[in-house]
Amino acid sequence: MSYPQPHPRFSVLSSSSLSSAEHLSPAGSSARFSLPSAPSINTSVNTPKPGFRPNIYDRNLNKSRTSEVSAAAFAFLFSEVVQYTQKRVTGIADLERRLNTLGYRVGTRVFELMIWRNESSSKMPKREIRFLPALMLIHTQVWKAAFGKPADAIEKSVENADEYMIIDNDPPLTRNVSVPRDMSQLSCSSFSAGIVEAVLDGLGFPARVTAHNTPTDTLPNRTTILIKLERLVLEREEAMKQ
Amino acid sequence: MAIFGLWVINKAGGLVYQRNFGDGLPTLTSNEYLVLAGTLHGIHAITSRLSPTGSSSGVQVIEGESFKMTIMLTPTGTKFVLLTSVTETTADVILQKVYEVYADAVMKNPFHTPEMPIRSDGFDRRITALLG
Repeated sequence: MSYPQPHPRFSVLSSSSLSSAEHLSPAGSSARFSLPSAPSINTSVNTPKPGFRPNIYDRNLNKSRTSEVSAAAFAFLFSEVVQYTQKRVTGIADLERRLNTLGYRVGTRVFELMIWRNESSSKMPKREIRFLPALMLIHTQVWKAAFGKPADAIEKSVENADEYMIIDNDPPLTRNVSVPRDMSQLSCSSFSAGIVEAVLDGLGFPARVTAHNTPTDTLPNRTTILIKLERLVLEREEAMKQ
Repeated sequence: MAIFGLWVINKAGGLVYQRNFGDGLPTLTSNEYLVLAGTLHGIHAITSRLSPTGSSSGVQVIEGESFKMTIMLTPTGTKFVLLTSVTETTADVILQKVYEVYADAVMKNPFHTPEMPIRSDGFDRRITALLG
């Protein structure tokens, strides 16, 4: 038996899985910007029946603005994401980098959707061009869009001028994650760090963003998202002061 | 009105979590606890087939002179056992809450292997908050 041509559905699936594998490869950050083209093909393959629920791409983006997703379902999904990733990495640094990459892909979408919604609702939509307002935007707007609550604090590093921190006392994403003692440096909030990195990139503030556990006695899940800005951002901020 | 201990027994009869609360409990070795849990698992399996009127979920309470053992069986076969004083009336409610904590802190934790002993700071912390 021979199959001259694979079923179109299968070819779509395989091409999309190929390109997602590409995204996970450590080839470099530039690869993250290309998105798989599979979904558009997929829509033409599925012949919609009459009375069929509209495709997710055809639904109104504003309709789901106030709707919420199940935190429990997401917790299980995130748990699987971490387990899946953990099987394919060599160490903690590698695991954090991969979670960051996955978060980056979410972040680009969160950012696009947030801007789109702001544009349609406010009379004066604007784009932040200074760093501190951009950081505030992430602290409140992005956090609310992604996690349903603003972050708890923003701090500036005393030692390094290019480092800023966003602090969440109890990140909803990793609330149920207990890292074993032998991996204590691991922070699964690297996923959130990826979201922040994507939004900063989108706003034009390239930076390296990492996540660190900074527990206190009363807040065992406290997490710090550390933003290390690239030099060109600081130089531009300096130039804009005059 | 006191809580003495909590056990979690997996569906194969292995003890995956055991913790004592308060002082005065006789100290048993971990091996003895494993034997106790395995025995209880067997008793539970037998009692679930004793019912004269159709199927039964098995033994729910075992009462002694100075303590009471409340057993909750989940749909997946995991058993939660709470050792309390005889006068404790809220054991069922507490066990439901323990189940809830287990679902949150253990099942959603990517570093937990199903059916294996529970080693999770988050679970310990939440059980402490619940049972003291």
